[in-house]
Amino acid sequence: MMPELGKYAPEVLSAYALTLGLIAALVVLTWVRARRVKRALDAAEARRAHG
Amino acid sequence: MIRLLLRDLALAVRAGGGFGLGLAFFLITVVLVPFGVGPEAALLARIAPGMLWIGALLACLLSLDRIFQLDYEDGSLDLLATAPIPMEAVVSVKALAHWLTTGLPLVLAAPVLGVLLHLPGPGYVWLLVSLALGTPALSMIGAFGAALTVGIKRGGLLLSVLVLPLYVPTLIFGTEVARRGAEGLSPTTALALLAGITLAAVALLPFAAAAAIRVNLR
Amino acid sequence: MSIWEYANPRRFMGWTAPLVPVLSVLAGAALAVGLIWGYFFTPDDYRMGATVKIIYIHVPSAMMAINAWVMMLVASLIWIVRRHHVSALAARAAAPVGMAMTVIALLTGAIWGQPMWGTWWAWDPRLTSFLILFLFYLGYIAMWAAIENPDTAADLTSVLCLVGSVFAILSRYAVNFWNQGLHQGASLSLDAEENVADVFWVPLVVSLVGFVLLFLALVLVRTRTEIRARRLHAIGLHERMG
Repeated sequence: MMPELGKYAPEVLSAYALTLGLIAALVVLTWVRARRVKRALDAAEARRAHG
Repeated sequence: MIRLLLRDLALAVRAGGGFGLGLAFFLITVVLVPFGVGPEAALLARIAPGMLWIGALLACLLSLDRIFQLDYEDGSLDLLATAPIPMEAVVSVKALAHWLTTGLPLVLAAPVLGVLLHLPGPGYVWLLVSLALGTPALSMIGAFGAALTVGIKRGGLLLSVLVLPLYVPTLIFGTEVARRGAEGLSPTTALALLAGITLAAVALLPFAAAAAIRVNLR
Repeated sequence: MSIWEYANPRRFMGWTAPLVPVLSVLAGAALAVGLIWGYFFTPDDYRMGATVKIIYIHVPSAMMAINAWVMMLVASLIWIVRRHHVSALAARAAAPVGMAMTVIALLTGAIWGQPMWGTWWAWDPRLTSFLILFLFYLGYIAMWAAIENPDTAADLTSVLCLVGSVFAILSRYAVNFWNQGLHQGASLSLDAEENVADVFWVPLVVSLVGFVLLFLALVLVRTRTEIRARRLHAIGLHERMG
């Protein structure tokens, strides 16, 4: 059930799409960097423990 | 402290220290404006106060990184830090020297360049007053920016990115004074606010700048 | 520099670890409820038509853009006074999130302004202030990126944040003085006459809560990443030295 957006449909849809896109990008970037740093740190800690 | 001021002034005037360079830059930007927007006198007259202010602001920006950079590199800033005068005073003196070598010439040159842009008659006095009141704030804010970026190699671009947003209030009130003056309105409110910003900047920013210098010398 | 300096951050890592999934789920839920409610189940405004639906993202993102800066200011002050490393890193972590919120507010505002005011952009005080806020975020992030030594970077960015805050407020008033605007006043304050109707108000608040939670979750994750990155850096230095 899509709401009837009338003549303003492109504006409303693009605003939502842009926002969700930006937020998704922010979340993904944050998450990817968090994982990469965590993995690198775990590897470094392991090296320290064994070496 | 006076010794330091004289030394800075001498250095700026002598070693090609960008003394005339800021003025030349100001002249060139102002000359470029009519090429960009067309030679129509009425249009130029309307944008003249703003253009002169922006030109002065950019010319001021040009020499900011010299305020501390050379002294930082050759170690005299370390000496100044251990000298019996507080770092706040050093920062203020250096900002004053920057104003005397850059800001003051710009103020004096502005009316001449105003002729090129068809600045309306009553505008000259107010342009002069607004620049005279506003450029010390530009120098002081710039000194703060220079203090932040002194330890960074090739910090010039970062310096501009940091300092230009800080220039917004000064620019707004400064052009407002000049514009209202040029249009024959009363510029007193804007003038008071501009003076307020300059006084606040001169009174408070030396502390922030000195703190930044101390961090950078650590 | 000893690695043991990070003992306190280690405790921070401990108590925030279970918080991350909780906050993330809550943020997702609140955002979903607020936005779906707002998008599907609210009527159109009699004046603005369907564009009123943009309010559920425009207002919360604008508020978070400012709140993020306030949070950075508080964190910077804590760093200057108490020298808690976590605090400095939290300020660093919040900046890109705040900048993204500023961008969202500006973009949705532009999209909203097009049909309502007939222009994408106007040099209206609120719009201009947000543009200036964006520039401040830019400078702050650039400053962090430019300095190698983490403590120096934390100190200098804190000073910049303090001075920047003062100038941001100054700019706000200067811009008000400079141009009277098209933008309507506050739409959420409880006593304002120009307030939005209840149908819009409730989903707006839910969505606002969602944005707050999202911000907290993101900042928390990013702070934890920064702490890990710094520990990684410290271990790297240690290995190269020994």
